[in-house]
Amino acid sequence: MAISLPEDSPQSFAAPNFAPRTQERQSLGKVFEIVCLVCLLIGLLVLALLLFDVIKDGFVRMLQPGFFTGNPSRLANRAGLRPALLGSIWLGALILLISVPIGVGAALYLEEYAPKNRWTNLIEINISNLAGVPSIVYGLLGLGIFNGLFRLGPVLLSGALTLSLLALPLIIVASREAIRAVPPSLRQASYGLGATRWQTVSNHVLPYAVPGILTGVIISVSRAIGETAPLIVIGAVGFTAANPDLLSRFMALPILIYDWVSRPQIDFKYASAAGIIVLMLLILALNGTAIYVRNRFSVFK
Amino acid sequence: MPMQTPDTLPYPSQDFAQSLQKKRSRNLQETVIAVVLLCCALVSILTTFGIVAVIFEVTAEFFQEVSFQEFFLDTRWTPLFADQHFGIWPLINGTVLIAGIAMLVAVPLGLASAVYLSEYAPPKLGSVLRPALELLAGVPTVVFGYFALLFVTPLLRLFLPLEIFNALSAGLVMGVMIIPTIGSISLDALQAVPRSLREAGYGLGATKMEVVTKIIFPSAISGVLASIILGISRAVGETMIVVIAAGQQPRLTLNPLESIATMTAFIAQVAGGDSPRDSIGYKTLYAVGAVLFLMTLVLNIVSNWIARRFREVYD
Repeated sequence: MAISLPEDSPQSFAAPNFAPRTQERQSLGKVFEIVCLVCLLIGLLVLALLLFDVIKDGFVRMLQPGFFTGNPSRLANRAGLRPALLGSIWLGALILLISVPIGVGAALYLEEYAPKNRWTNLIEINISNLAGVPSIVYGLLGLGIFNGLFRLGPVLLSGALTLSLLALPLIIVASREAIRAVPPSLRQASYGLGATRWQTVSNHVLPYAVPGILTGVIISVSRAIGETAPLIVIGAVGFTAANPDLLSRFMALPILIYDWVSRPQIDFKYASAAGIIVLMLLILALNGTAIYVRNRFSVFK
Repeated sequence: MPMQTPDTLPYPSQDFAQSLQKKRSRNLQETVIAVVLLCCALVSILTTFGIVAVIFEVTAEFFQEVSFQEFFLDTRWTPLFADQHFGIWPLINGTVLIAGIAMLVAVPLGLASAVYLSEYAPPKLGSVLRPALELLAGVPTVVFGYFALLFVTPLLRLFLPLEIFNALSAGLVMGVMIIPTIGSISLDALQAVPRSLREAGYGLGATKMEVVTKIIFPSAISGVLASIILGISRAVGETMIVVIAAGQQPRLTLNPLESIATMTAFIAQVAGGDSPRDSIGYKTLYAVGAVLFLMTLVLNIVSNWIARRFREVYD
């Protein structure tokens, strides 16, 4: 049977109307790759621009004497951030104290104790939905429960409790992943020697999972101390010159930055950029600690 | 060797009785610990219960003063003015407009980043670029707000007749903020597509781009869709960028050059003003919060559902 070949196609193996267009398709592919790379770089470029812009505007201001030790002021040039910095450090410490034991406990329960049934499933779905609730809604929760029902008012403890609830689902999810990564053989060996469940968990599972848990915890806490919206809602706005304590009104770095950004004077722009640098350094320091502690504790790896 | 008399045998001995007692107390300890851990897990249920109870209790009070009809049919939102109107639409309009702009940025950039990292980047480069991109997710939102108001807006005003506070800058910056959300989840979905599918494509003579767009992407579509919906939910719930850069003007408009207000921006604006517990201002907070909560909840549930329901399982 004679196959009619297109006039311009000398290859005998080509089917009718088959044009591989290899060259064309390859170059189209190259273009696609470059477009994808450019898209990726746009995101990174914006990040770089943002960091550059903030450092350019704020670095000199941050080094100005009195910036760390001074009180917030209506005069942009004199304004310092001591109460806000202390407030944020307090918040970070309290969130750690409150949400880490509860979060790790919940993760241990779900991974090591919980029976596979409808209730466990409900708790799991609930946690993943909580992780998606907008932060400002946690603010409404804090305003209603801690400020209102417990009559705490807009104080540091109320803010810390609110942010702890916000960090909790993130901590649970991260801790569960770390616990799940512990090899089952470790547990079986422990049970085989007659250890009880808690002995297995506390002596073998937890130590092995600590580095992973820590990483997740620190990321969650640093996200929580960078949160502004819930603190605005529970009423942590306005000037307080006093150093914060548990039951006093308080400021936090993101709140102070927000306050400064909203003022029209150019000097406040520099002050807010400087505040941003301090906030980012605080978060960076937290992450640095996490990496240090993780390496220090990871004896099993 | 003489047989031991029964009373010197190890069983049943004093020791054994003691160890039995110890075992009993250990059992008690085990139970107590299990209960304590269960209570930790129940805190999350309590949180959800708290959110729902607080929000809907106050919202119910709100609807005793304002009718459903007014809330959902009126087109003006002026709860704090003398001439009060409680139409939620301008706030929803603002929220949708900003989220729309953000998704126009985040979807193409996030997906393209994921495709590049999953398919093209050499492993070493990828292991640097991915964490760098995820750094974007670690930047506090107030910082993005600063960037939108004091860098992006002045820049755009060189070409466009923008108001100082406008939806465009806020939306663009929010889009960049959401890139890692969409990027990371899509990346995981793309990487879960098995090698054999790719190789089948190459075996048929497809180019890399054809394999990516016609085989890998469709195979990962459930993860990709889930990531996009999660991104929308993030955009709807984001507060600080909007409060700082988009202003506080509740308007029914699709013009991105104007100042608008979102649901979150309204909550932040009013809550910062210390409304007393019984005022209508306080109650509107929760009514708007309820709409916001339900919207994000539905989005999250749909996202989870798609991820689970349409996941292709390869084995």
